[in-house]
Amino acid sequence: MTRISKPIEILLVEDNPGDVRLTREALYDARVNNSLHVVNDGVEAMAFLHREGQYADAINPELILLDLNLPKKSGVEVLAEIKADEILRRIPVVVLTTSHAEQDIVRSYNLHANAYVVKPVDLEQFITVIKSIEGFWLEVVRLPLDDKQ
Amino acid sequence: MSNTSIDILLVEDNPGDVRLTMEALHDANVPNTLHVVNNGVEALAFLRREGQYKGELIPELILLDLNLPRKSGAEVLAEIKADDKLRRIPVVVLTTSQAEQDVVRSYNLYANAYVVKPVELEQFISVVKSIENFWLEVVRLPPEEKQ
Repeated sequence: MTRISKPIEILLVEDNPGDVRLTREALYDARVNNSLHVVNDGVEAMAFLHREGQYADAINPELILLDLNLPKKSGVEVLAEIKADEILRRIPVVVLTTSHAEQDIVRSYNLHANAYVVKPVDLEQFITVIKSIEGFWLEVVRLPLDDKQ
Repeated sequence: MSNTSIDILLVEDNPGDVRLTMEALHDANVPNTLHVVNNGVEALAFLRREGQYKGELIPELILLDLNLPRKSGAEVLAEIKADDKLRRIPVVVLTTSQAEQDVVRSYNLYANAYVVKPVELEQFISVVKSIENFWLEVVRLPPEEKQ
């Protein structure tokens, strides 16, 4: 199932530089060729997905990892906008957050988050979780192809 | 995560696939209870606790075949994801179909994940174990709707 020629494009929406770095390292070692794009707030995330401004040439990601607690526009707002968009809603969104709050979990699933994952504080566990996301979403799941525009 | 067993609903009409899924989940690290229905009409009756399913629990995870008798998996998926009480439940589509239109339609109907069933037995079990690892061990599943 490995795709050598074309990497799987992943968009990480995360404002914490430490979490960005750990995610990058965990995915760098992944068995499946992937390319990680990072934006640091919700407004940038939507600009990337709509290919606006500096993101005019951005590639449509095949998977989105979304923090909930983001500057400028919250992860919940980003999720709601993606899942209400005819073109974007097919892209799986994995919420990756420190929040254990039941209301965040329920609200995310009700807004059609594809999965809700709590970020472990412990470094080793954080990497294990990213590798598990990689193992399922890049190796087992059939991702939707980029919409022909 | 609660220490009680996770309730999973498998909607599958192929007895061989039911058996393999059951065996793969039986060995899981996380205690789970697999409920099985064999067609789309039964699936919705189970989820809405109608008729013979009156006393049933609402599952925390649904594994849904697409090619089902009486009501298709796509119809079941659309009804679950349009229902305010049910739509929070993650639905993993588990199908033999590799057709791009089935993949896109399922995600557009808010399937949580689309997984192609391998024909080969060992690979089939490995896929179910991977679903188990991610959804039962890593994901935070939503709590049941308060009645």
